Amino acid sequence: MTDIAQTHDVVVIGSGPAGLTAAVYAARANLEPLVIEGVIEGGPTGGQLTLTTEVENYPGFPEGITGTQLIMDMRAQAERFGTRFQTEDVTAVDLSTRPFKLSTDSGAEIWTNSLIIATGAKPRRLEVPGEDELWGAGVSACATCDGFFFKERHVVVVGGGDTAMEEATFLTKFASKVTVVHRRSELRASKIMQERAFKNDRIDFVWNAEVVEVKGAGGQVTAVVVEDTETGERRDLACEGMFLAIGHIPNTWLFEGTLDMDPEGYLLVDEPTTRTNVPGVFACGDVMDHIYRQAVTAAGTGCRAAIDAERFLAEHTDATPIMPRG
Amino acid sequence: MGATPVTDNDWTAEVLEADRPVLIDFWAEWCGPCRMVGPIVDEIAEEKGDQLKVLKLNVDENPATARQYGIMSIPTLLVFKGGEPAKRIVGAKGKAQLLDDLKDFVS
Repeated sequence: MTDIAQTHDVVVIGSGPAGLTAAVYAARANLEPLVIEGVIEGGPTGGQLTLTTEVENYPGFPEGITGTQLIMDMRAQAERFGTRFQTEDVTAVDLSTRPFKLSTDSGAEIWTNSLIIATGAKPRRLEVPGEDELWGAGVSACATCDGFFFKERHVVVVGGGDTAMEEATFLTKFASKVTVVHRRSELRASKIMQERAFKNDRIDFVWNAEVVEVKGAGGQVTAVVVEDTETGERRDLACEGMFLAIGHIPNTWLFEGTLDMDPEGYLLVDEPTTRTNVPGVFACGDVMDHIYRQAVTAAGTGCRAAIDAERFLAEHTDATPIMPRG
Repeated sequence: MGATPVTDNDWTAEVLEADRPVLIDFWAEWCGPCRMVGPIVDEIAEEKGDQLKVLKLNVDENPATARQYGIMSIPTLLVFKGGEPAKRIVGAKGKAQLLDDLKDFVS
């Protein structure tokens, strides 16, 4: 909690690979970054990696590493060089003042000369009746968190991309049957993920269908109502769980009306830099990247954001000593 | 001292027969968000331990209790009062929000 009017040089919002890599670089440049980790609004602390199991494509870990462990290691690395952490959500951002002003959950006000936005994205919801009421009672967006509770049960996965195939395949470790409901007649997922799912005899598919309602009894999911996108016909699909994998929404509501975004809400930056349209504000990771969305690409843009912030500070404040990197 | 582990075996004595409200954190090793919430629950145990008994239950090792109370997602926090579930909090939350959810039980 900030009780004195102390102005930071660099504040990072977000604690996934982008935010933590930015923190490592900014800390090694002696900028003493503060990372506001976030807790719930933008997804869990540590970001989406904490919702995955094994990460097999992050270079340097030939045997793979769990998402949570990778994040905890990155955090420790950032901390080692003097990064400070504040575990709460940012509730408002004022980019019209210099320094910038952030307000948080606990009522703290934080002032900073530069800001790195690494707020990521979170799973999209269907927004259909029953979904909110049955959230955590059979409705989930995290197979690795909740699959365990569906041993020998029938679950539905909604979506047709890589995430949907990954979730469906993972869920067959527990569930007796997994039904993928997809609104089109073919999958968007990569070939390898598709083949893995098609080969799995516990997975079946309902094509050209949308889930329009979730039904429950006694506080647990009992069925989803699917509507055929061609005929409009509706029917109940009995199941005990529904896992959503229908894409992501960037966590940018704090910046609406202030920072330039694309129609989907992703922040626009001045490529190849991470500069937003407000000088001194930089964006990295999934909040500005809807194309690659990998841990390693997020880390890469996080590094760029820290270097951009460091240069900005060098140009705009005489007081900030710039230490040699290396 | 943080949250104290509770099991299927001592559930009745520790939770149902407790003389004050009990907060139980249902968690597992493999659950990333649980590892984020755990330290917050520990802090609540330290700060509010006089008003609220704070326990944690590993769902891998104690599936019977998790099943009995219909836990379908973790982290889930349950508050018991007089042997009955009085509050269910699903999903990771920040400390401020968690304390707000618990305001009927702690001051």
